[in-house]
Amino acid sequence: MTAVVLAILAPAVAAAVGFLSGRRWAWTAVPVAVAGAGVSLAAAIVLCARAVLDAPVAEALQGPRVPTGTIEFGLDLRLDGLAAVVSVAVAAVAFAVQVYSSAYLKGDPRYSSYAAFISLFTAAMLVVVFADDLLVLLVGWEVMGVCSYFLIGHHWEQEDARAGAVKAFVVTRLGDVGFLFGIFALAFAAGTFNIGGVTTAALDNGIPESTATVATLLLLCGVVGKSAQFPLHTWLPDAMAGPTPVSALIHAATMVAAGIYLVARLYDVFLLAPATMAAMAVIAAITMLGAALAALAQDDIKRVLAYSTVSQLAYMLAGLAVGSAAAAAFHLLTHAAFKALLFLAAGSVIHAVGTNLMADMGGLRRTMPVTFVTMTLGLAALVGLAPLSGFFSKEAVLGAAEETALHDGPVAAWAGWLVLIVGLVTVAVTAAYAARMWLMTFFDGARSPVAVHESSPAMRWPLVVLAVPTVVLGVVGVRAEWLPAWLGVDEQLHLSAVTSVVSTALVLAGVAAVVLVWRRDPAGDPSARLAGVRPVLAAAFFVDELYDRAFVRPVRVATRAVRWTDDRVVDAGVVGSGRGASRTADLLRRTQAGNVQTYLTGLLAGIVVVAVGVVTLT
Amino acid sequence: MPLLMPLVVAALLFAIGIYGVLARRNAILVLMSVELMLNAVNLNLVAFDVWLRDELLSGQVFTLFVITIAAAEVGLGLAIVLLVFRNRATSQLDELVELREEAAP
Repeated sequence: MTAVVLAILAPAVAAAVGFLSGRRWAWTAVPVAVAGAGVSLAAAIVLCARAVLDAPVAEALQGPRVPTGTIEFGLDLRLDGLAAVVSVAVAAVAFAVQVYSSAYLKGDPRYSSYAAFISLFTAAMLVVVFADDLLVLLVGWEVMGVCSYFLIGHHWEQEDARAGAVKAFVVTRLGDVGFLFGIFALAFAAGTFNIGGVTTAALDNGIPESTATVATLLLLCGVVGKSAQFPLHTWLPDAMAGPTPVSALIHAATMVAAGIYLVARLYDVFLLAPATMAAMAVIAAITMLGAALAALAQDDIKRVLAYSTVSQLAYMLAGLAVGSAAAAAFHLLTHAAFKALLFLAAGSVIHAVGTNLMADMGGLRRTMPVTFVTMTLGLAALVGLAPLSGFFSKEAVLGAAEETALHDGPVAAWAGWLVLIVGLVTVAVTAAYAARMWLMTFFDGARSPVAVHESSPAMRWPLVVLAVPTVVLGVVGVRAEWLPAWLGVDEQLHLSAVTSVVSTALVLAGVAAVVLVWRRDPAGDPSARLAGVRPVLAAAFFVDELYDRAFVRPVRVATRAVRWTDDRVVDAGVVGSGRGASRTADLLRRTQAGNVQTYLTGLLAGIVVVAVGVVTLT
Repeated sequence: MPLLMPLVVAALLFAIGIYGVLARRNAILVLMSVELMLNAVNLNLVAFDVWLRDELLSGQVFTLFVITIAAAEVGLGLAIVLLVFRNRATSQLDELVELREEAAP
């Protein structure tokens, strides 16, 4: 357990040092942040090695108890296979991002606070991963939200960065309200905040189905918010206003995966609630296809990746919805690797070209060979080409869906069919948008006016290092019982030959369609062929506009009404009484005429009145 | 001598003093009227002292104090009037209205 504490404390200490160092000790920012992430990574690797070698691992560290009056909670941590494996993904991406940022944001005036926020974020994510208490988990969950807010708003001089930060914060907070009450509902049903205790209660039928349904639906609100699923997905594309390494760390590999991780952690409770599982399946199906279609028509390379992230997270949620936590965790790991790689590669391209728009890129395969090769591997993993990692994890999800559809499982068969069919369609769309992005960025002639050259070593090496798991991580899925055993879950991965063949065919069809369109006009945008549908997809089905009409504008109108009341009613009362006093005072003012004799006459008259009064009245 | 006569004289003196203070325009005349009022009070003090046959003669002692203070007061007052006259070339009280409150803006 020392390694667990070390993994959490190292980045936390690095964050504290980073916040305290300020401008004067700015040169310490890079070494401190990289050292914090490095120690954390080393500890996580040790933990993961132990989890894999002596599987199944299950250790708990009882922290101090906190009496609350009713159900007490404690600062408990625990180590099991799932936590150990996910912690490696978190620490590895954080380390890569810290190294990459040292070049990407070189000379940034706020670098030390930026690096400190990334360190703090890493510590918070690891708290979520290792927490054995729902309230401790909530602390890490909320600290991540705050770090996300500050990092999206890193360039706060820009309007879109400020707006994106506020939007991300408000939208995820909306889900977190439900999340908080879900925790309370679960804790009061199980009589403890301890995650192990809650799971035990769920397995011993200690939680009635109705309570489990309410609690998990409330928790699902938080999951949907954090993991950017429909209908709370709108913050993620706007969060791309943050620096690209932040997008890679937070909005692709780790924080958005926290929601999925939470469901996997409390999976025994979710299994008690078929209604929640069905809701998850529907949300996942809508999100995966909708987001993939939206990604097809984006002009901004980071927004393509953002919608792609939303779509891939929906695959993980779908894996959970069809009853396979192992498949979801598998896709979480491979996605963390290839999406972090894709974002960092996109950052490398943006850094070189100086724009986010794919229309201004083109022809980069000769000038940026390392970025080209690594990004190609990342995209191939994203679309699920065998034998890259994405293929195995996506097949695990689709295989689980097929298993649910054809056999009786914990989930209704229709949910399995829904996930399977929508998942297969999404595979084709994914292939199409990935191919479009690849062709527009790296092929044809150079459209950028600046002289493009390959990025510096600190930016190249993280790409190469992340390309390794992107390619080989799939091998853990070769044998169906390996990964579930390491994670300590009682199930097997289902890799089905039928879905593998069908999805590979769909990938090739999707790529081929885009290539055929592209060959007619290599300088143009293949999505232009979508004609009338394109604006709808580019606006992501007008969900943002809908929310704008339904929520943002009514709130603005209400605020104006409140402001009017404040100005014209409350303030008017205050100002009016002041003015009244001032006017009354004007009358008194006239008596002060400046002539001393007048005053004395008044004084004498007063004395006479008093004297006469005293004489007559006594 | 009956008590009434000095009291009537004192009351008349005081009334003349009040009239002078309230009605005269010239600052020096106002100061002189103040002296009249003080002396009316002095007359009262002496008259009551005699009438009460006070062993300690406190009324007469008090009168001496008042005379001393009045002398100092007149010295001060005349100095002020002199300075006002030097600065403004007038000692008419109804023209010295610098400290009046102006009408509201």
